[in-house]
Amino acid sequence: MQLQSMYQEIILDHYRNPHGRGLREPFEAEVHHVNPTCGDEVTLRVHLEGDTIADVSYEGMGCSISQASVSAMYDLVIGKTVPQALETGEHFMTLMSSKGDASVAEKLEDELEDAVAFAGVSKYPARIKCALMSWMALKDASARAWGAQQ
Amino acid sequence: MTQTVSRPAGAQREALPLDVEAIRADFPILSRTVRDGKRLVYLDSGATSQKPRSVLDAERWFYENVNAAPHRGAHQLAEEATGAYETARATIAGFLGARTDEVVFTRNSTEAINLVAYALSNAATAKEDAFRRYAVGQGDEIVVTEMEHHANLVPWQQLCERTGATLRWLGLTDDGRLDLADLGTVVNERTKLVAVTQQSNILGTINPLGEIVARAHEVGALVLVDGAQSVPHQPVDVTVLGADFLVFSGHKMLGPTGVGVLWGRYEVLDALPPFLTGGSMIEVVRMEGSTFMPPPQRFEAGVPMTAQVIGLAAAVEYLQRLGMDAVQAHEEALTAYALEKLAEIPGVTVIGPPDTVSRGGAISFTVEGIHPHDVGQVLDDEGIAVRVGHHCAWPVVRRYGVPATTRATFYVHTGYDDVDALADGIRKAQQFFGVGQGEVS
Repeated sequence: MQLQSMYQEIILDHYRNPHGRGLREPFEAEVHHVNPTCGDEVTLRVHLEGDTIADVSYEGMGCSISQASVSAMYDLVIGKTVPQALETGEHFMTLMSSKGDASVAEKLEDELEDAVAFAGVSKYPARIKCALMSWMALKDASARAWGAQQ
Repeated sequence: MTQTVSRPAGAQREALPLDVEAIRADFPILSRTVRDGKRLVYLDSGATSQKPRSVLDAERWFYENVNAAPHRGAHQLAEEATGAYETARATIAGFLGARTDEVVFTRNSTEAINLVAYALSNAATAKEDAFRRYAVGQGDEIVVTEMEHHANLVPWQQLCERTGATLRWLGLTDDGRLDLADLGTVVNERTKLVAVTQQSNILGTINPLGEIVARAHEVGALVLVDGAQSVPHQPVDVTVLGADFLVFSGHKMLGPTGVGVLWGRYEVLDALPPFLTGGSMIEVVRMEGSTFMPPPQRFEAGVPMTAQVIGLAAAVEYLQRLGMDAVQAHEEALTAYALEKLAEIPGVTVIGPPDTVSRGGAISFTVEGIHPHDVGQVLDDEGIAVRVGHHCAWPVVRRYGVPATTRATFYVHTGYDDVDALADGIRKAQQFFGVGQGEVS
């Protein structure tokens, strides 16, 4: 059974008990992202203090992968500067395009913490977009919040 | 006096009308395995069907023996290619009870619907009076239903945007049927066209077209029937249907991709201006302007998908050998069995009619506590191919308050063992995600 490689226990934990879920104030930017092929949705807000991400709040509906991904992302980016968070997002993209190559996941373990558990998803092309949706939303929202501040 | 008939527990298996094992042997892809050696349980024919060897052979025969562009050239191959193409048209017309010159080949249902939608807006600006009869403009109304596939919704939204016409629609009842309570007001003197599916791709519902066609014709509106999910699965005769247009896709009925059909009543087709223009569809071309061929050529610009049309005719012949009545009865027996099997699993809810009355074999369902994508992933791990998501009918999932569904669809090679695999797979998903009381048999 290959299922366990995708549905790591860490992923299922984030899915069942999501971190940081709910929409909160204050925020400088709010975005709504949709995955048009499956209907998954996320509404995501970013609150900056200076150039630091002070809060990411979100509501959404979707599969376990998309919901766990936004929860793991929340843990990763709070307290980072916008450029640092975007760089982490780039690492996550790299992981998602690794096609299950374990050496890629190994190299990114420190940067991605829990999110490295999504390595197994990279073997399933149809599910990569589920894992990436929240990161796309974060990139969009933080660019807007950053822009609004400048 | 009442008699109590004791019934054995569990879902009932009537003898299936089709010989599943013999049919499976005709489909080369069904002998492959997936996900580490598992038998392929293909329950996604509603998205696209698998192809029997005779369809593949027909395409290969064409390319190896007669390949040429039909309706042009005077060499022997061109003659034979034209003959094969037009013979295929006659076969397909016969399948529908239609006149041969009423069958137009398109890329798929989607293109066929767009052809009609664009012809209706092109009619408004046509130079020739003969092409303006069905023009759609401001003050006119187009009627669809809330259960349409995006292919039979978005082109009409776009037609309304181009012309200033208004889009109206018939809603749905809680049990997955069309709500015809306000048919008399939604379809009225301003209605130019009613576009409705014969069989819902997501709910499985078979719609009461007779009533809708009667009302539409009473007010002088045209009727377009989306047959993408009905023509492959039940007998459809255009003379019984009474509509003005019928569209369907070859790839959902054992045929190749890249070929679909627009059937139109000749009188209506003849009054429509073209959609796509170019070679093949012209009568006389001068630098100042051109005149067009009569139907069906008027709507077939460019070299057509000849090999695919011939493949589609082979698919039609395959279905005719099985008999469309038997195909429908086969799927009805499977549907009855599947609805019972799913009802036995706690937490599983079917979105759509709960019994086989006016219902086809598309079964959409949700599993409490598990997102449809995750259900689909566990099923895939078991070798079971289903569709997950909104099934290109986003308003339907919204209407029933679910984010998405898992959908199983049946066809001629589906047997009770496939339905059993589905039910076991759902229980496995419940076990994997720790919900429900699923036990794997």
